[in-house]
Amino acid sequence: MKKAEEIFQILKDNFPESNLELKNDQPTEAILIAPPLEIDKISLFLRDSSELLFDSLMNLSGVDDPKALLLSVYYHLESTKLKHKITLKVSTDRNKPEVSTVTEVWKGADWHEREAYDLFGIIFLNHPDLRRILMPYDWDAGYPLRKDYENPEFYQGMKVPY
Amino acid sequence: MGFLDKEFTDGNIVIAKAEDLFNWARLSSLWQVSFGLACCAIEMMATSASHYDFDRFGVIPRPSPRHADFIIISGTVTLKMATRIKRLYEQMPDPKYIISMGSCSNCGGPYWEHGYHVLKGIDRVIPVDVYVPGCPPRPEALLEGLIKLQEKIRNESMIKKSA
Repeated sequence: MKKAEEIFQILKDNFPESNLELKNDQPTEAILIAPPLEIDKISLFLRDSSELLFDSLMNLSGVDDPKALLLSVYYHLESTKLKHKITLKVSTDRNKPEVSTVTEVWKGADWHEREAYDLFGIIFLNHPDLRRILMPYDWDAGYPLRKDYENPEFYQGMKVPY
Repeated sequence: MGFLDKEFTDGNIVIAKAEDLFNWARLSSLWQVSFGLACCAIEMMATSASHYDFDRFGVIPRPSPRHADFIIISGTVTLKMATRIKRLYEQMPDPKYIISMGSCSNCGGPYWEHGYHVLKGIDRVIPVDVYVPGCPPRPEALLEGLIKLQEKIRNESMIKKSA
């Protein structure tokens, strides 16, 4: 069982060129901030390194921050063998939100990433099947959980607002 | 107005208006589309189960809309599902009836403002005969909704087509 600081140190030693950061000044659990286009490599290491063994992606969700012009993805990881947890965060430009997919690392990420794409419009590079998952396939009014989203007047002839 | 609870003295001949007879027959065997959406569907299933026994009103869930007389819209109707419900409704043979069960299907319910995915009332897509309020309505409320629907059918005329 490892603390977030130890996990952060292991990652820093193994990815000396990556821009990693640990945010542990908040009342929540520590958040490890990683670059969006390297998250696939980092995730693979987190899963396979014998001292980390993060075999479970508990959750993956998108977050919109229009003031900072950022779209972020949070990953909540757990090692069922070593019983430790870590939260990862990657942030991308709100106008070009691109994040590497982690479906190759955890198969369960597939639908989570489709949901983040569906509701926030985050593009997961190299995702095997990046389609909308909850909203209708022909939904063209944008991404509903973005802060500046506005409902369309009509969808297929049905009035949408109350 | 029932037929079987009347005492008849004279043999086996019953005289009734054809309209009353047919309406009585129709309202006594309302077949329902076997279809549920959200938490209201749990209450609908409880209504169908032995304690509340929907079957005593002649309500039998049918697996195809082509067998059915009415449909209970039991739960939150998303915009995606609304297109499917419309298709189900169009597949039902006339005469067909709709019970809108619960706040969501009546008017959008708790999703009335921020539910980007919810249709604010199924009556925007298909015509509703009976609205059952509640979130979700108890089985007794759904039973009353059904009795209201039976009342409506009982008073229908075969001559003048009602909408």
